[in-house]
Amino acid sequence: MASELAWTDRLGGWKARWGIGRMSYLIPAGLYAVGQPTPADPVVVTANYKMSYDLVRRSLAGRNVWLLVLETFGINVWCAAGKGTFGTDELVRRIDATGLAQVVTHRRLLLPILGAPGVAAHDVAGLTGFTVRYATIRADDLPAYLDNGMVTTPSMRELTFTFRERLVLIPVELVLALKPTAAVCAVIFLLAALLGGVPAGLWTLLAYAGAVFTGIAVAPLLLPWLPARSFAVKGALAGLAWSTGYYLLAGGGSWSVPVAIAAFLTLPAVSAFYTLNFTGCTTFTSRSGVKKEMRLALPVMGGALAVSALLLVAGLFL
Amino acid sequence: MKDFRYLRNVATLELRESACIGCGRCVEVCPHKVFFLAEKRSRIVDFDGCMECGACAKNCPTAAIKVDAGVGCASGLITEWLRERNIRGGGGGCCS
Repeated sequence: MASELAWTDRLGGWKARWGIGRMSYLIPAGLYAVGQPTPADPVVVTANYKMSYDLVRRSLAGRNVWLLVLETFGINVWCAAGKGTFGTDELVRRIDATGLAQVVTHRRLLLPILGAPGVAAHDVAGLTGFTVRYATIRADDLPAYLDNGMVTTPSMRELTFTFRERLVLIPVELVLALKPTAAVCAVIFLLAALLGGVPAGLWTLLAYAGAVFTGIAVAPLLLPWLPARSFAVKGALAGLAWSTGYYLLAGGGSWSVPVAIAAFLTLPAVSAFYTLNFTGCTTFTSRSGVKKEMRLALPVMGGALAVSALLLVAGLFL
Repeated sequence: MKDFRYLRNVATLELRESACIGCGRCVEVCPHKVFFLAEKRSRIVDFDGCMECGACAKNCPTAAIKVDAGVGCASGLITEWLRERNIRGGGGGCCS
C-alpha cells in the first residue's frame, strides 16, 4: 500500500475533524504491507480509524514494515484503548486471524504507547508468544524510533498539548455542541423576543452563543495562560471576559441592574460548563479531578442560572 | 507534563511496592513520567502528574498498581451518573 497521502486522504481527515462522517471513517482491520516487508521486518500495530492509519503509514514512508490494523470500529488508538476495543482480546484475535505467526519470523510487536491502557502486554505474550514493545506516543516519532535501534527516548514517551494540538480538536467540539446550542438559542430568542422585541431576542442569542463559543474554543486555546488549575474556573474567567466584552458591545450601561447581574452570572457559568467538558479532550486531566470539579462546579453553575432566572423574573415585575 | 498541571491530590493511583518485581513496564507505558525505577523497584515520583489512563495497572504483571481509570469528560461522567441511577441520558460523551 502507498505511504504517501493523496489529497483525498487529506480531505477525509479534514472532514473527520469537522465531524463529517467521522464515525464511519475507517478501513478494514487486518495485516497491511508498507513497502515490501520481509518476514524479518517489524510489525507496527494501530487502530482502524482512517486518520490513525494514515498518520502511521505516512510516517513509515520509504520503509518496509508490516502494519497490523486492529478493529476499533473507527475509533483512534487512545479512546479505543480506554474502551478496551484496542485491547488484549482484539490484538490476540487479530494476530490469529491474520496468521501473523506464519508471516513473520520474529515475535515482536510495536504498539503505540497510548494503546497501553487497553493492552496487557504480559497477557498477549502468554497467549500468542508475541512480546509487546510500547514504541512511541506519536506516529511521527516512529522513524526516529526505528532508526534508534528501537529505543524510546524520553521525549517519545512524553505527552504534549500544544496550541496546534488543541486547535485541531476544536472543530468537532463545536459541531457536537451545535444541536443543543441551537435548541437553547431558539428558546432564549423566543423568550427575549416576546418580552423585548426581535432585536432584544437577537442580542440575547448572541450573548449565549458567544458564551458557548468562549467555553469550547477560546478557553481551550488560551488554556496555559488562564489562571487556576480548575477547568471550571478557567472557563468562568474566560466567560467573565466575554460578559464584559458583550456588556460593552451591547450597550450594557442602559441595562437594568437585575439584567446586568444575570448576564454576568449566566454567561460565565455557560462557558465554565463547556470548558469543564473539554477535560475529555485533554492529555493531562484525570477522571478523579474532573469528578471533584463537577461536584463543586455543577451546583455553583446551577445556582448561578437559578439566581439569574429569579432576578430576570423579579425584574419584570419591579 | 511540564506545561500543564491539573488538580493536586486527586488521583486514585496506588502502588504496592512490596509486589513490584522491577520489570519497568509502568515506566514504559506512563505518558507523564509518574514512575521511576531504582534498585529494581518502581516508585511514584509525580503523583499529581497521573491522568488515570490505567496503562500502568493494565500492564503490571503482578497487579501491584491500582487506579480508577475511565472517561474523564463532564458529559461522559454525567451520562455515567445517570446510567448508574437508571436514568437514560442524552447519550453524548466525548470520544464516543
